Amino acid sequence: MKLNDEEQAMLAGDMGEPRRWAMQHMVEVGGMFDAGDFVPVSQAHMMADTESLGEAGVAFLEGLAAHPRAERRVRVPMLTDPRGVDLSYYRPLGQTEEMAELERRTIAACTALGILMTDSCVTYQTIMPPVQGEHVAYGDTGVVIYCNSVLGARSNFEGGPSAMAAGLTGRTPRYGLHLDRHRRATRRFAVAERPEGLTDWGVLGGLIGRLCGSYWEVPVLEGIEGAPTSDEMKHFGAAMASFGSTPLFHIVGVTPEAPDLEAVCDGPPPEPVEIGREDLEGLRGNFGASGDEVDVVVFAAPQLSHVEMARVADLLDGRHVHERTALVVCTSPTVAADCERLGIVGRIEAAGAVVLRGTCFYNQYAREIGEANGWTRLLSNSVKIVNILGGYGYRPALAGMEDCVTAAVTGRVP
Amino acid sequence: MTLRLRCHTGIGPRVEGEALVADDDFSARYDLDRLAGTFSRPGHKLAGLSYVDKVLVLNTAKGGVASAWMLREMAARGLAPKAILFNAANTILAQGAAFAGMALCDRFEDGDITRLIATGNRVIVDPPAGLVTVLERPAPC
Repeated sequence: MKLNDEEQAMLAGDMGEPRRWAMQHMVEVGGMFDAGDFVPVSQAHMMADTESLGEAGVAFLEGLAAHPRAERRVRVPMLTDPRGVDLSYYRPLGQTEEMAELERRTIAACTALGILMTDSCVTYQTIMPPVQGEHVAYGDTGVVIYCNSVLGARSNFEGGPSAMAAGLTGRTPRYGLHLDRHRRATRRFAVAERPEGLTDWGVLGGLIGRLCGSYWEVPVLEGIEGAPTSDEMKHFGAAMASFGSTPLFHIVGVTPEAPDLEAVCDGPPPEPVEIGREDLEGLRGNFGASGDEVDVVVFAAPQLSHVEMARVADLLDGRHVHERTALVVCTSPTVAADCERLGIVGRIEAAGAVVLRGTCFYNQYAREIGEANGWTRLLSNSVKIVNILGGYGYRPALAGMEDCVTAAVTGRVP
Repeated sequence: MTLRLRCHTGIGPRVEGEALVADDDFSARYDLDRLAGTFSRPGHKLAGLSYVDKVLVLNTAKGGVASAWMLREMAARGLAPKAILFNAANTILAQGAAFAGMALCDRFEDGDITRLIATGNRVIVDPPAGLVTVLERPAPC
């Protein structure tokens, strides 16, 4: 890789050990993907929940944080993804003091590194959305796919260590989605029916992600008339990234790089694959549970927006969560603070639900809290979360937000 | 008789181990019980099997970014694969392998790697050389 003088100085350790490590890590990764040089980034976003970090990851961050201030502080604004423990509400979930202590150590290390602890996977709705063409280094696949696709920013999926490295250096290897050639459509889908509601958008996203199946495939969709909402795009992208490993999609006439089909195709467009109702029902059928008792209903993955929080509160007004069922709602600290001010959190909690701040259900020791609470049958409107949690010992099922609330109130899937 | 399989230059050290192969995808978050060292996702083709000290041979990486931290934690606790071979890696698994010091290779010249190596084969993975050597060839189909 071609390195400029500053990059060579960082790699040589002239700007401290944290930046030396960061450059070494990124040179190794960039080499695997044939990066020719580095590209400056304006923001970094790090996934660093303690379930993923473990003791080894936390100790690594503490090691970086132990260096002198001038050597350890990040060089560009750096945000965090949801945490593993909401320190204001962890004992009732069955999370342990050991988990909480690991969380406290992580927060202390990240704070010493100059990271803004936003604890959010919806930063594009709440903190600072990137603009078209802006190079960034984001963790959380949902953040990356939304910002690449809906906003036209440029980011690869950055795991925690690589996001940390980008934050410490203000750059990332120029490969993958930073290059025009990896943003061109390779798969084409003709959608016969516009999805209705967040869950249906998630089902469509999950199906396309499954059909693409690789980080290096870029789907383009036709047949979507009119702009979806931000929350619809959020669920669509998060599910697509979850079922495949898809970091970018185009929708003709909707997303900024696809004013028409030709704009995202090199040469003749790929042959279209028709997506009909039966295809969507096929995926949905993997997560059916009508009539079953439900242990826990989860609204999360991605964290809820103000609009989703208000809708949950509306659906719960005048009702109460069933005594044998739990209802867990995960949102960002930013949204939670606003929703407390607006009385929305109070209405949700008055109905017997739990609002968690700065976490997301699947990255907060889902296996352990499931075992601690006896939760196996889980219901959610998030296609992403039902895809993830089968491996965590749950029997996940899918329903729209209205049916999820009804299930939480009656104790059964409608 | 050995089989030499050329691939793109990979990440991590040269290692030797026993292959565990499936035409399926991989995420440390979605698919594993990392405390038990087994594949835990019911629908995964390796469900119930131990991945510890194996050379995992799979189609591609999927899902979220968590695997980048998890590989190092798995290695620190002695419950990690020795190497991972993919037809096509994603960025997360490459970053995670670099962070963990784990061998990882992809983009094999001779085609689908999940068909070129069989479970139980002894293999040498040499990422800097872009070479995987199968010491015992799979039985003919």
